[in-house]
Amino acid sequence: MPVSDLLAQALNGLSYGVLLFLLSVGLTLIFGMLDVVNLAHGSFYMLGAYAGLATVAATGNFWLALLAAPLAVGVIGAAMERAVLRPLYRRPPLDQVLLTFGFIYVFEDVVKSIWGGTIRTIAPPDLFAGSVRIFGGAFPSYRLFVIGFGLVMAVVLWLVIERTRLGAVIRAGVYDAEMTAGMGIDIQRVFTGVFAAGAALGGLSGVIAGPIQSAQPPMGAAILIPALIVVVVGGLGSLKGSLVGSLLIGQAEVWGKVWLPNVSMAMIYFVMAAVVLLRPQGLFGRPLK
Amino acid sequence: MRLSRRTFLTGAFAAAGVSVGPWVPKTLAQGGPLKIGLVLPYSGVYQVLGESITQGMELVFAREGNKVAGRDVVMIKEDDEMQPPVGIRKTEKLIESDKVDILTGPVHSGILMGMRDKVHNSKTILIVSNAGADAISRERCSKWIFRTSFSNWQPNQPMGGWVAKNVSKEVFITAPNYQAGKDQLNAFKETFVPAGGKLIGEEYPKLGETDYAPLLTKIRQSGAKAVYAFFSGTDAVNFVKQYDQFGLKGQVKLTGAGFLTEPDVLPAQAKAALGIITGHFYTPQLDNPVNKKFVSDFKAKFGGKTPDGFACQGNDTAEVIVRAVKAVNGNTQDKEKLVAALEKVQFESPRGYFSFDPKTHNVIQPYIYVREVKEVAGGLDNVPIDRVAKVADPGTGCTLPA
Repeated sequence: MPVSDLLAQALNGLSYGVLLFLLSVGLTLIFGMLDVVNLAHGSFYMLGAYAGLATVAATGNFWLALLAAPLAVGVIGAAMERAVLRPLYRRPPLDQVLLTFGFIYVFEDVVKSIWGGTIRTIAPPDLFAGSVRIFGGAFPSYRLFVIGFGLVMAVVLWLVIERTRLGAVIRAGVYDAEMTAGMGIDIQRVFTGVFAAGAALGGLSGVIAGPIQSAQPPMGAAILIPALIVVVVGGLGSLKGSLVGSLLIGQAEVWGKVWLPNVSMAMIYFVMAAVVLLRPQGLFGRPLK
Repeated sequence: MRLSRRTFLTGAFAAAGVSVGPWVPKTLAQGGPLKIGLVLPYSGVYQVLGESITQGMELVFAREGNKVAGRDVVMIKEDDEMQPPVGIRKTEKLIESDKVDILTGPVHSGILMGMRDKVHNSKTILIVSNAGADAISRERCSKWIFRTSFSNWQPNQPMGGWVAKNVSKEVFITAPNYQAGKDQLNAFKETFVPAGGKLIGEEYPKLGETDYAPLLTKIRQSGAKAVYAFFSGTDAVNFVKQYDQFGLKGQVKLTGAGFLTEPDVLPAQAKAALGIITGHFYTPQLDNPVNKKFVSDFKAKFGGKTPDGFACQGNDTAEVIVRAVKAVNGNTQDKEKLVAALEKVQFESPRGYFSFDPKTHNVIQPYIYVREVKEVAGGLDNVPIDRVAKVADPGTGCTLPA
């Protein structure tokens, strides 16, 4: 295979990996902070896609959708945390898993009753509607935008968590929620805020994925598995892990499809199994107690 | 108003009496409702297919005043969730506890294969309204099973020769990695290779794939002149959209099985689908009086929705039931007679003149239409540009009555 062909496929892997990062970062944030495995994260992704569709339908403006959809989903996330998740923090994790699992169906049916079950898509913004020639072929310029956007998001999130007071509070909460509360910080509000932010990130990824993939109510359940795999590979609750895990899984997926198309489905599971065997806590996770 | 227990019980008994009271002996229940079981997806990715098939059936039964040979039509709808274990459980429920007169469905070939023995052993009449597993018209055929939709072989086999002759002899073929996908591409190869066609590549991405970028890059790098693809549902939307985004549309002609551009996916694909050529037994654009009436009646009844091939399958399934049950004067207990009546059913369907192949109980497609996606009044649609007549499944290995 000529080098340009290899590079073209590597670029496909990068674009898929960055999309996975946007998908999974909210999940890892919520898990790291609240110790909640939020199975409804895929629903936030779906709600974001539909909120984006509605915004584009109403205003014709993709950029507005990119702003409005995460806000809307963030509000839904905050309401969900306050109303139903908070009373469950002291219960065993399985209760939270069951609850968030149930919400997958609730959100799916709500969306279905509003928008119906037909397949929809979001048109890419005019600025990125075309394609550019890279490595001997056309590459959609929207995917280049997604790569850039995702990497900027990673830097912004890193700065917020590592370099701001808010980030310090969040990190403190991750290590010891009770002690943080003892320092006079309203940990409940921080929890709600983090859950809302995680939900908003899920919603954001739904809008971002809209022009690449199609939107249909069951889409949320479908992306849950890849998102969970990224979190397991990268390390539960680690931002760096989420980024590296996504890029790794993105490449594994693409090269699996290039060289072993018939077993490509199993490729990402091989990677996950290998990581779990060698480093049970994930690439950047805290060692297991 | 508070409902007292007595009023409730009275009401309940009255309601029970209106249908068939438990005191009516079974042999006299002939005038009871004609129970038709539907095993279809009513949730998940494929629910739109289940809905279309159901609506096609409802249109016919409504025309008949929901009565066939004096018996009220009752449709018992069961959601199979596109999962074989669920579909099989629902089948058992419909056969054993609802005691349906006729069973219809499913969409999923895996469910059909799982249902097959239950249906065959209990001598339940099943009219397959979608699932295309070739085996049901071949080594796994059954006297009790008819199919109004298609075998996977049917829409694809004529396309191989057509593509080799009219599009290109250097083709990359692709379909999802499951039985139906492989069946369809094998049928294409049957006529493509003898017509001098060369397979530049052949690939089976997973069902439910969301990112076709690696495959599309491979297709470009392969130098193929055309692609023949079978995808449906969200797969079809993602594949066609990304095919356009990666700049392949202008360079490598996209052709495929009809599902690639059916009306359930076409609006979402929008302009990315323009120019795609597919083979299928139906398109709402067919210029015949039965189809024109079908399209306008369907639109009137279902809020302006254009019928698709799935709706046509539902329509023909119900049409077959109505005609056969009338032919036996509503007596569905004598199953031998009902099967004989079903074998004889022939009528003008929106797709052309409908008849079963007595050899396999599978529909003989009056035509496989070669269609191209074009702009028409009201958006995009599959416009017929050519057709191949009388396409019957070879039925290899099927010896009825079995």
